[in-house]
Amino acid sequence: MKFLKTASLSIATVALLASVSAADTLDSVKKKGVLNCGVSTGIAGFSATDSSGQWKGLDVDMCKAVASAVFGDASKVKYVSLTAKERFTALQSGEIDLLSRSTTWTNTRDTSLGLNFAGVNYYDGQGFLVNKDIGVNSAKELDGATVCIQAGTTTELNLTDYFKANKMTYKPITYDTSGQTIEGFKSGRCDVVTSDASQLYGLVLKVKDPSSVKVLPEIISKEPLGPVVRQGDDKWFNIVKWTHIALLNAEEFGITQANVDSMLKSKNPGIKRILGESGESGKNLGLDKKWAYNIIKNVGNYGESFERNVGANSPLKIERGLNKLWNDGGIQYGAPIR
Amino acid sequence: MFINIEKRGINTGFDFLGSEAGFGILQSLIAYDEADSHGKVFIVGLLNTILVSVIGIIFASLIGLLVGVGRLSKNWMVSKLSMVYVETFRNIPILLQILFWYNVVLAALPSPKQSISFFDSIFFNNRGLYIPKPILESGFIAVIIAFILGIIAVVYLSNWAKKRHDETGEEFPLLGTSLAILIGAPVLVYFLSGTPATLEYAQLKGFNFRGGWTLIPELLALSFALSIYTATYIAEAVRAGIEAVPKGQKEAAHALGLKDYIILKKVVLPQALRVIIPPVINQYLNLVKNSSLATAIGYPELVTIFSGTSLNQVGQAIEIILMTMAVYLTLSILISVLMNYANKKMQIKER
Repeated sequence: MKFLKTASLSIATVALLASVSAADTLDSVKKKGVLNCGVSTGIAGFSATDSSGQWKGLDVDMCKAVASAVFGDASKVKYVSLTAKERFTALQSGEIDLLSRSTTWTNTRDTSLGLNFAGVNYYDGQGFLVNKDIGVNSAKELDGATVCIQAGTTTELNLTDYFKANKMTYKPITYDTSGQTIEGFKSGRCDVVTSDASQLYGLVLKVKDPSSVKVLPEIISKEPLGPVVRQGDDKWFNIVKWTHIALLNAEEFGITQANVDSMLKSKNPGIKRILGESGESGKNLGLDKKWAYNIIKNVGNYGESFERNVGANSPLKIERGLNKLWNDGGIQYGAPIR
Repeated sequence: MFINIEKRGINTGFDFLGSEAGFGILQSLIAYDEADSHGKVFIVGLLNTILVSVIGIIFASLIGLLVGVGRLSKNWMVSKLSMVYVETFRNIPILLQILFWYNVVLAALPSPKQSISFFDSIFFNNRGLYIPKPILESGFIAVIIAFILGIIAVVYLSNWAKKRHDETGEEFPLLGTSLAILIGAPVLVYFLSGTPATLEYAQLKGFNFRGGWTLIPELLALSFALSIYTATYIAEAVRAGIEAVPKGQKEAAHALGLKDYIILKKVVLPQALRVIIPPVINQYLNLVKNSSLATAIGYPELVTIFSGTSLNQVGQAIEIILMTMAVYLTLSILISVLMNYANKKMQIKER
């Protein structure tokens, strides 16, 4: 069935590329009245459904933020759940307008797939999760291990590089979804799961006895994750890029979901510009002047979204680390809105 | 079309087949390394698809024949069991069966450290079935020659036996004699030439077994599910074929005093095959195509690794999907041609 889906997406690519040559994504999104946003099949903290079936997570907040910027309404999103294998074809073919699915920014993807990365909403790195009883304390001791991986990810390539560099061998078991990957690990098919460290914390929660597993200390790669759009539509690219920047700047200025209305009266010129009280940022983006206000009102700032979904206020309890703002020791840096 | 795609900044063309794949594959019939190209990945995937299809076709045919004959058995138990088998496995979607067998296999098997072992040389655990791998030495060529001579001898023998049967009507125990020659001759030569092969045993090193041959659980589960499922349809085709043989043929054979299995072998099946083969062609085709469901359990066949992983690494959906579709089309046509040839052979020769 997966094959059928990929095949039909590819055929859709042909059809679409043949008909729509210079697509205006903003116009088509406005016409549809809904943003088609590609998310994962369930990665805790990033994009997963909660007990009531609502999509939640850091990547989901990006979808909501873009919908807020365009429509002023965070609920005008249609979530399209995609496996790692399907995601790029879905974006290329126009099935989705925005891919917000823990996707690593790499050279190949940025240059040869007709895609643009609009920013980095999570700085991640690849790690290893093992059962404590195999008695391994470092990734360097994994020679000969059987490894569960999700197919079609940068993870697969990094793993090869790492084992080669350390002159070790491994056996890969590649599954389609992260759910299958953890099932394979739970049933003992593999010794190790490897994935972005952030996802491993989510996987730990899915194991029956979380104290029986551990994440090894090594981080073997850089995984800058962020939202992706199609190449060749600069207007839409700008909107997604500046949505991310608005989330960062809101945190820097201390504008939160709770205080955004009172901030409207602020005398701080920077705050006035971001909330649309002065400046032309909205007009330049082709959006309402309240675009950033709507984002913060509906979603909150970057820090709020982080803490709620993956940080201290979530079951994952991931440290902010590199994802702190630049003035707080991290590398998240929002270009000025002026 | 391709101009439009290139305008969008998406690479086109088949150059990617030469570029480095960079990912590992669990099982490959030819030597494969992460540094090999996507073209090699295509070959590895294709061979794995063919492997599971061939295994599936052989076992589905055997089970199908047995169950199909079993359904018409006069033994109440055998016929009812066959019916229950067909009705159960035919009515459950194949994807569910694959997942079921995979999870059953994995759940039932112990971890490598507690593996089930037979004579300390065959090990069975949730990483697979480990069997010793023969390492052939130069003297082994004599064994192969003995085997080939054996085949030639059997061909002559069968011709001779047929001729003798036509002339005198005496039966010759062909099957037993052939097997004795085919197995006995190479084994005799093997010992005479001083056992020119050693076995490499799988050994528990670290936390996994190394060495030997491994049958991975994905392959076991997939071929199991495909054979069991497809066999139900083949069984029905076999039953239909046998029922299509006029009753008078069997009665006449009985009247001649032939034994039941001789009647089946020499009177019923040859006539039934004419009816059986066409629907069975379809089932073989279905089996080959269904093997692409392997992607659900991570068996590394063509769809999983080539139109899955490779596609995602290079992003050239159109080229890769076209190649994959071409493979299934070619395999289907090949099977059709072969089976239609067999069908022609089986038809009653009208003059």
